[in-house]
Amino acid sequence: MQFMLLFSRQGKLRLQKWYVPLSDKERKKISRDLVQTILARKPKMCSFLEWRDLKIVYKRYASLYFCCAVEDQDNELITLEIIHRYVELLDKYFGSVCELDIIFNFEKAYFILDEFLLGGEAQETSKKNVLKAIEQADLLQEAIEQADLLQEVRLLTDP
Amino acid sequence: MPAPIRLRELIRTIRTARTQAEEREMIQKECAAIRSSFREEDNTYRCRNVAKLLYMHMLGYPAHFGQLECLKLIASQKFTDKRIGYLGAMLLLDERQDVHLLMTNCIKNDLNHSTQYVQGLALCTLGCMGSSEMCRDLAGEVEKLLKTSNSYLRKKAALCAVHVIRKVPELMEMFLPATKNLLSEKNHGVLHTSVVLLTEMCERSPDMLLHFRKVWILVPQLVRILKNLIMSGYSPEHDVSGISDPFLQVRILRLLRILGRSDDDSSEAMNDILAQVATNTETSKNVGNAILYETVLTIMDIKSESGLRVLAINILGRFLLNNDKNIRYVALTSLLKTVQTDHNAVQRHRSTIVDCLKDLDVSIKRRAMELSFALVNGNNIRGMMKELLYFLDSCDPEFKADCASGVFLAAEKYAPSKRWHIDTIMRVLTTAGSYVRDDSVPNLIQLITNSVEMHAYTVQRLYKALLDDISQQPLVQVSSWCIGEYGDLLVSGQCEEEEPIQVTEDEVLDVLEGLLVSNLSTPVTRGYSLTAIMKLSTRFSSVNRIKKVVSIYGSSIDVELQQRAVEYNALFKKYDHMRPALLERMPIMEKTASNGPTEIVQTNGETEPSVPDTKHPPLVTQPANQANDLLDLLGGNDVVPVIQTTLPTKPASAGGELLDLLGDLSLSSGPAPAPSVPISQPPFLLDGLSSQPLFNDISAAIPPMTAYSKNGLKIEFTFERANPNPNIAVITIHATNTTEADMTEFVFQAAVPKTFQLQLLSPSSNMVPALNQGSVTQVIRVLNPQKQQLRMRVKLTYTHKGSPVQDLAEVNNFPPQSWQ
Repeated sequence: MQFMLLFSRQGKLRLQKWYVPLSDKERKKISRDLVQTILARKPKMCSFLEWRDLKIVYKRYASLYFCCAVEDQDNELITLEIIHRYVELLDKYFGSVCELDIIFNFEKAYFILDEFLLGGEAQETSKKNVLKAIEQADLLQEAIEQADLLQEVRLLTDP
Repeated sequence: MPAPIRLRELIRTIRTARTQAEEREMIQKECAAIRSSFREEDNTYRCRNVAKLLYMHMLGYPAHFGQLECLKLIASQKFTDKRIGYLGAMLLLDERQDVHLLMTNCIKNDLNHSTQYVQGLALCTLGCMGSSEMCRDLAGEVEKLLKTSNSYLRKKAALCAVHVIRKVPELMEMFLPATKNLLSEKNHGVLHTSVVLLTEMCERSPDMLLHFRKVWILVPQLVRILKNLIMSGYSPEHDVSGISDPFLQVRILRLLRILGRSDDDSSEAMNDILAQVATNTETSKNVGNAILYETVLTIMDIKSESGLRVLAINILGRFLLNNDKNIRYVALTSLLKTVQTDHNAVQRHRSTIVDCLKDLDVSIKRRAMELSFALVNGNNIRGMMKELLYFLDSCDPEFKADCASGVFLAAEKYAPSKRWHIDTIMRVLTTAGSYVRDDSVPNLIQLITNSVEMHAYTVQRLYKALLDDISQQPLVQVSSWCIGEYGDLLVSGQCEEEEPIQVTEDEVLDVLEGLLVSNLSTPVTRGYSLTAIMKLSTRFSSVNRIKKVVSIYGSSIDVELQQRAVEYNALFKKYDHMRPALLERMPIMEKTASNGPTEIVQTNGETEPSVPDTKHPPLVTQPANQANDLLDLLGGNDVVPVIQTTLPTKPASAGGELLDLLGDLSLSSGPAPAPSVPISQPPFLLDGLSSQPLFNDISAAIPPMTAYSKNGLKIEFTFERANPNPNIAVITIHATNTTEADMTEFVFQAAVPKTFQLQLLSPSSNMVPALNQGSVTQVIRVLNPQKQQLRMRVKLTYTHKGSPVQDLAEVNNFPPQSWQ
């Protein structure tokens, strides 16, 4: 996979993951153009299109478009499954995920994506294992934050 | 200083902004606060600030001042900091800037961290955006982690290794030992990523591929794993709609494809499992179809037995009937790839494919159209053409040109009868006339001329079509030409094929004159109709009317028309005795090539027999725009042809020739043509045929041309004649590069049609320096004994900014002097 974009029906980017080296300017241009192209498509059209020299696979879930650019040899149908798996992971994590969850917790959405895909390929095919890893990492984070809090309190109360 | 606001708070605040301006103001305020916080080197809130910066970056605002802060976060000991720091690095840093190299040491440390989640972060970041330098430095660490027993890290290390290999292919070898044991893992994550790693290695290195095939004997191992997946019972952890780990299955099938390609033994070893997957996979959901799709691709690519191939194509045929348009799309794409090799098998699904022409989706329609043309043959031409013509009627404009060309090609190859051929062409012209390519008009005219027995039928049908609609120029042009040639057949009602219509000479002339005055007619069309009217002067009896028309147009503003009218007028006045001979019926034309420009040999008619030069010049049809190019090259200012008789490179102007032949023609009878009106139309193309310049003075300089210009690479051709042998054209290519990076390993290759011979001498160098600092030159010698129009296909390969580039292009715009 070369990149994955999540955007709303108004064309606002909610997540962008790039697996190819491109400058910020180039990324912005590609995002803008591709988002326009996809938003212009009618609902009855198929989920695949050729755009510039890329294969694009996209699917709409409620108010969010999930869009991936894959290589020539990649299987489009399984890419749809990858997108679906990612949505399922988000859904399990946030509990009935909606766009607002991804807006307010975008960094978590990235963390989940990074436990599922690495360098554009799936690293873990078991839903359970991905969620377990995230859970553990979150616990680790919480433990540290707790420790910090305790430290602050100790400092305040220490004579 | 109060604590900076929390991330969620900021998001909430920004979302309350009602206008873009308001949002920008909030963001600017917050950015200022963040900047000062960064300046104070505040460790506590750095994480929060960077997170906010990342949010603002996603909204499209600049965030580069946060780059170094990300690095500080990565270097921090806290996991929370590292998490955000690495995320920031992946979003804000890019490998073009040197800043990212500062990460290398941190990543190295984190790869050896005691907490696996930290190690995971480091592997993820390296595998996502590591530059070649970083990869070189850290490859050793990645290789170490590839051997760990911790499957969480092992799978990440495998994908990280894939990235390293992509960036620095020479490092592939070092991962080989560690990769060996990967497939014996039980963990699906590790299995999946290992298969990806092996695939990457095989694709990059044929030696590696051979090694895996012969030494490691991978195929049976993979077959075994795949078999277990299919045969094993329900595994809740990896199940997707009843299928066990479809992601892994698909990757294994893909690796098998690479291993089995052009290798009989490997292909045989996987025959059984492929058949098993193809027949047993559940197809009710997308997952199953994804696996079947991959299986079909594999079967078609390896040396599979014919039974298996038929099975594969049948699967694709079933896909075509699927309700899911994605599946239909995928099927059509695959069928398009296999139609050449397995033509008969694909033919069986022809009717389904033709049905897809009526699909709503544009991509599906396009593929169905391409596939349909590929499937047309002598047996199914009538049925297929009916469907394709129906498609032409109703399809989007973007398809019409391609479809029309396809119809013409197919009709030419497989037409069951001349009448059918002409009817088909008529149908295309009437329904998609304005989308037809320029060169089809001369091709059609030639076809019609050669179908002698159909002349009456053709002219009648074309005349009727003209009565209905004069807006489609190609149709109008062909019709006028025919009426000019065969008008006598039209009025005498000689049609055998269908009921002859009653038409008088005046009615015909009304129609042709109507074309002349109509706003819908282009200048080229007007030229056609005026000539047609003129030709009818020998076929009709109402010569006076024709004379009148011709003289009226002698003062037309359109220089082209004016010229023609003046010449025809002269024909009436001074050379009336020659008129019948000159306007005789066209003879049958010979066609030498079915694709591309046709060589038409004209043996009599428009040229004066007493001038030997022009007796048998090979005439070539050039599309109108090519003549325009010629005009452009000549500066477009010697457009007023004729009066001077010594213009050596004057573009084709048979009318001009006429005047030249007939010596000094006094133009006092008509108004002199405006001497300095620049022409914006093509020069006088005698009924779509242009003749060789009368004065074959080839020593005039042949103008250079730009053959290719794309992505900063420009290739110019300059010409000279090899004097001892006028059939050889010597072309020198000059390649220049306007980008800021050199193009190295530049190779120019060219191919020409069969009637030519090409000799490529060695190039001056194989590096095209950047910014036009120099050029690569190379000499090409083309032998063109038949004096056909020069065409060339070029292939360019070079390396630019580290990546290989390859491009194919057609060069068709050679100036006629280079091959005449």
